[in-house]
Amino acid sequence: MKYVDEFRDPELAKTLLAEIERLLPQIEATKHRPLQLMEFCGGHTHTIFRYGIEQLLPKTIELVHGPGCPVCVLPMGRVDDCVALAERPEVIFTTFGDAMRVPGSKKSLLQAKADGADVRMVYSPLDALDLAKKNPNREVIFFALGFETTMPSTALTVLQAAEDGVQNFSLFCNHITTVPTIKAILDSPSMQLDGFVAPGHVSMVVGEEPFHFVAARYKKPIVITGFEPLDILQSIWLLIKQIAEGRCEVENQYARVVTADGNTPGLKAIAKVFELRDYFEWRGLGSIDHSGVKMKEAYAQFDAEKKFSMPNLTIADPKSCQCGEVLKGAIKPWECKVFASACTPETPMGALMVSSEGACAAYYNFGNLPQIMALKLEQEKLESEKIS
Amino acid sequence: MSSSQIRKRTGVVRGTSITMAHGSGGKAMRDLIEDIFLGSFDNELLAPLEDQARIDLASISAQGNRLAFTTDSYVVDPIFFNGGDIGTLAVNGTVNDLAVGGAIPLYLTCGMIIEEGLNVEDLRRIVTSMKEAAALAGVEIVSGDTKVVERGAADKIFINTSGIGVIPAHIKIESSRAQPGDVVLINGHIGDHGAAIVGARGDLAIENSIASDCCALNSLIADLLASCPDTHCLRDATRGGVATVLNEFAAASKVCIKIDEKALPVRAEVRGICEILGMDPLYLANEGKLIAIVPANYAQAALAAMRKNEAGKESAIIGEVSQAPEETVILKTIFGGERIVDMLVGDQLPRIC
Repeated sequence: MKYVDEFRDPELAKTLLAEIERLLPQIEATKHRPLQLMEFCGGHTHTIFRYGIEQLLPKTIELVHGPGCPVCVLPMGRVDDCVALAERPEVIFTTFGDAMRVPGSKKSLLQAKADGADVRMVYSPLDALDLAKKNPNREVIFFALGFETTMPSTALTVLQAAEDGVQNFSLFCNHITTVPTIKAILDSPSMQLDGFVAPGHVSMVVGEEPFHFVAARYKKPIVITGFEPLDILQSIWLLIKQIAEGRCEVENQYARVVTADGNTPGLKAIAKVFELRDYFEWRGLGSIDHSGVKMKEAYAQFDAEKKFSMPNLTIADPKSCQCGEVLKGAIKPWECKVFASACTPETPMGALMVSSEGACAAYYNFGNLPQIMALKLEQEKLESEKIS
Repeated sequence: MSSSQIRKRTGVVRGTSITMAHGSGGKAMRDLIEDIFLGSFDNELLAPLEDQARIDLASISAQGNRLAFTTDSYVVDPIFFNGGDIGTLAVNGTVNDLAVGGAIPLYLTCGMIIEEGLNVEDLRRIVTSMKEAAALAGVEIVSGDTKVVERGAADKIFINTSGIGVIPAHIKIESSRAQPGDVVLINGHIGDHGAAIVGARGDLAIENSIASDCCALNSLIADLLASCPDTHCLRDATRGGVATVLNEFAAASKVCIKIDEKALPVRAEVRGICEILGMDPLYLANEGKLIAIVPANYAQAALAAMRKNEAGKESAIIGEVSQAPEETVILKTIFGGERIVDMLVGDQLPRIC
């Protein structure tokens, strides 16, 4: 397939891998420990597992799978709010597909649908607006979810709804922001990352500038990266090159899509409709300042949080979950106490097991589970020996 | 004197939609059966309209030593899609369930649950499809039942077909027979049906021209078994796709199945729709694809025989069986890495971004 296969060429991968291998001995730190590079975005995590990129890399490079899966990090209390909205008889609740399965404290949207709620899967917020126009006697709520990538389309849908004077359409806004979250990870005391594979589609919207602080203030190299396997390998090479040469810069590997200034009309629409929340709750990471947006007062009529009453409760993550430590790279997914025992894709306890983009689900589905389980058992044995 | 001579004329369905009366057992139902069903499913076993088809045992047992008996229900939405409809699916699906056991499919039954209000012409179209599919597959629909339920109690039409066939004595196809060294074959492009249904549903507003691969596989399987009578495993990759069937074989045979992504036939359009929606063609449904596991020394002969058949022109060898890790399916990615292909949890749902 044109414009896809070119970015999956195994021969080019070999060249890049050889270059990476050549550079690694020049990096002093690799003599004592592996380099830890974080891919923030769930889309990258998915590509890494789908193409088996980790096995191709030298052992001295470890990939840490970040929190960039908006479905995974949605706190249970917000899912409960979704279910409460969806269960109102007048409501048609519209959502992107993979949010359907996220467990709330009692049920997921998929279960709510089975119990009679009118929950419909859409591919774009405009489809939800269309539904509202076709069903004037119902209240259509769109479950707005995602990082900056999906914000422009939601913002433009709200502006369209306002222009068309649609009365029965609203958003349940759960959009989250990338930069404050990367900052929270960098500020975490257990953090030991050496570089960032930065999210390509977020950057397509926000541009390069918002990532400068990572290089300038935190002295970490960061490369804006596309989603094909060669994109990721090339970015790892660029990061290793920066580390080897002692540089910390923002580089743009995904220049075929990302411009320095981002998507200006998209950013304008976002600024018109949304404003930062003081804080937003993340599954696995807790509350992070300014990490979410809400709708501005001028668009209150389209804000489901204002239009309908909701339980709005904070529900703590299960204590045994170690999602936070996995997200920060402190432990590997399979080192979590409940990985593959109490927490599986069928019965996810933690955020990272929920969506196929979550690091734990990716390990569970695509990783070599028998091998992982053997490692886990060995580790548990060692620990129990230590205790006795 | 036969019943047709007593009755002066054959019944004709009046009106444009099916009503509760068509399932009431009265005259309207008789009209429906005569006009739509008997007109299409015309055969000697059905014609007497007894409560059961009466099949001569001797003619069956002459063809093999085991009776294969299966049932499946069809609830697809939408009922018409590019490449087929619920009728073709209901015939081919059950024919294939018989054929992948090595059986020669012979007779089907047809139970229909119709939601009141279904357009009569739509029903006629579905029944015509069933007639044509049965003729192509060489089976007869010999018994049937129709129920009409109130609006909302079913979604337009549900069809159940049961089927019987005969397995010749020398055939021994079992999902537990895959052995290290065996070769894995498929008869063509994967994921066409799943992609066609996504397209036809229209709720994701993605237009495509992909046609379902819905077809009967019994003639292809006959050719395969003629070239490789000792075929070890055979199954059609319907719901859950190729990944699910491979996992079933790997688990039942306690072996590892390794497939090569480069060798997997996937149409560019199907790949495109999967790229956009974040789905994996390995898990997309098929309605005319089989996975065969054969001994290595028969692989080329089996491949050649399959490619000669209309339903197997695009056949390919996609992988092989090895000892370990047991009960595991591994995909060698086009990028040179490897990953596990597990059973799917729930439905495939499109990703956000």
